Amino acid sequence: MYSSIAEILEQSGNNKKTFWEVVMEADMESRDVSREESRQKMEQLLDVMRDADQSYEGELKSASGLSGGDGKLLEAYNQAGKNLCGYFMGKVMERAIKMGESNACMKRIVAAPTAGSCGVIPAVLLSYEEYRNVPKDELINAMYVAAGIGKVIGESASIAGASGGCQAEIGTASAMAAGALAYLQGGGSEEIANAMALALKNMLGLACDPVGGLVEVPCVKRNSHGAVNAVASAQIALAGVKSAISPDDVIDSMRRIGSEMPVSLKETGKGGLATSESAKRICECTAGGFCFGK
Amino acid sequence: MEIFDIIGPVMVGPSSSHTAGAVRIGYVASRLLGEKVKEAEIFLYGSFLDTGKGHGTDKALVAGLLGMKPDDYKIASSLEIAERENIRIEFGESKLPEAHPNTAELILRGESGNTIDVVGESVGGGRINIAKIDGIDTNFSGECPTLIVHNLDQPGHVSEVTSMLAHKSVNIASMQLYRSHRGGRAVMVVECDQEIPQDGIDWLTHVEGVLKVTYFEGSAE
Repeated sequence: MYSSIAEILEQSGNNKKTFWEVVMEADMESRDVSREESRQKMEQLLDVMRDADQSYEGELKSASGLSGGDGKLLEAYNQAGKNLCGYFMGKVMERAIKMGESNACMKRIVAAPTAGSCGVIPAVLLSYEEYRNVPKDELINAMYVAAGIGKVIGESASIAGASGGCQAEIGTASAMAAGALAYLQGGGSEEIANAMALALKNMLGLACDPVGGLVEVPCVKRNSHGAVNAVASAQIALAGVKSAISPDDVIDSMRRIGSEMPVSLKETGKGGLATSESAKRICECTAGGFCFGK
Repeated sequence: MEIFDIIGPVMVGPSSSHTAGAVRIGYVASRLLGEKVKEAEIFLYGSFLDTGKGHGTDKALVAGLLGMKPDDYKIASSLEIAERENIRIEFGESKLPEAHPNTAELILRGESGNTIDVVGESVGGGRINIAKIDGIDTNFSGECPTLIVHNLDQPGHVSEVTSMLAHKSVNIASMQLYRSHRGGRAVMVVECDQEIPQDGIDWLTHVEGVLKVTYFEGSAE
């Protein structure tokens, strides 16, 4: 069992276990399930992520009309050979936006850690799978790495935009994906922890200011940015760069920032982007589209 | 918190609280009614009212009433399905004076005329709390096997229920008791670690002083 990143590192160091083994064994103990049962459940979630990725529909629009079709644009740009940042990163961005749009359009996704941030982890994992052709077992291990990081953040800080702002949602997803990617690329527990810390640090303070209170603007596109941040953080950590602030201190900083953040920036639609002139125009254009009885 | 609260649940978007949680509220409410829903009046409060349409909260609640779980592909077309099945659905603004920001009150009438009034709250991450049943305060999630017994407020009913559970080797996770007033109507909400066998439920329904027994096995993802 663990309640901090430091405890995962300690347990993986002393017993010569990997990061994912510590997380998986804690799950087996906590839910009283076998290794196979635990892994099967994780595998099912990976399969749903893959289904959701493959069943993207570029023609769909969300109920508000604010989301849909952007993933198709990114796909076309990637296919046109104009990709600015390499094949892998291009696909990560495309997949993240597609998943965010699928969520907005009421398709089936895996909340990871939330529905609004559901694109980050599958974008990174599935693109890496395609890029490096890694075995499924490795991807499942990477999901345990991500889940362990997310669990510590969820218990020590928050994964809800309403209590911690977007740093708690896209920020957590990005930190989880960074750790998972560092693992897949051969990093040990230290590199995983540094990747996670670097990713979360860069997301600190991010407000949750959705237009009309809907999980659409800016959430869908932030999935792409959270995923890119995860890849950047993994690469920096794998190169041997260390976070000057310990992973648990970064998480605690996120918690403190979240509690100091005004309510207007915590999923109320009452500040930030949500109250911009553009947002007001959007809401006027779709008047009656969001709410009942108004 | 388990790791599968972090990665998961599998759900239809866009919002764990406004969509997945709303499906669960509808699902649990219809299970509490105990029969096929024929008419539903649904009153929305707070953020459910303000952003519900954009989040598909209306479709989600109705999907739950139809027996769907939060990961059902058909959630987006639940209103059409309800219409085809001749289920009358009406939406309105909740008049609750104070409530959790994501609250829905569902007044349901079933095929054989049973009615129930359920107030459900979506408390985040797709998790819910049932806050009132027929005007009596309650507090349960519907995640584990749950037994709800309406009985007259008389001595002995708690022990009848707990003895039955002990006899069936069912462990109680939590137990709450509520009543309208002394000697009036009481409600017992028992959350369990194991499922309760049907014959145990059947036995309870025949106990004198027990008015109504509702059981559901817990709404999984």
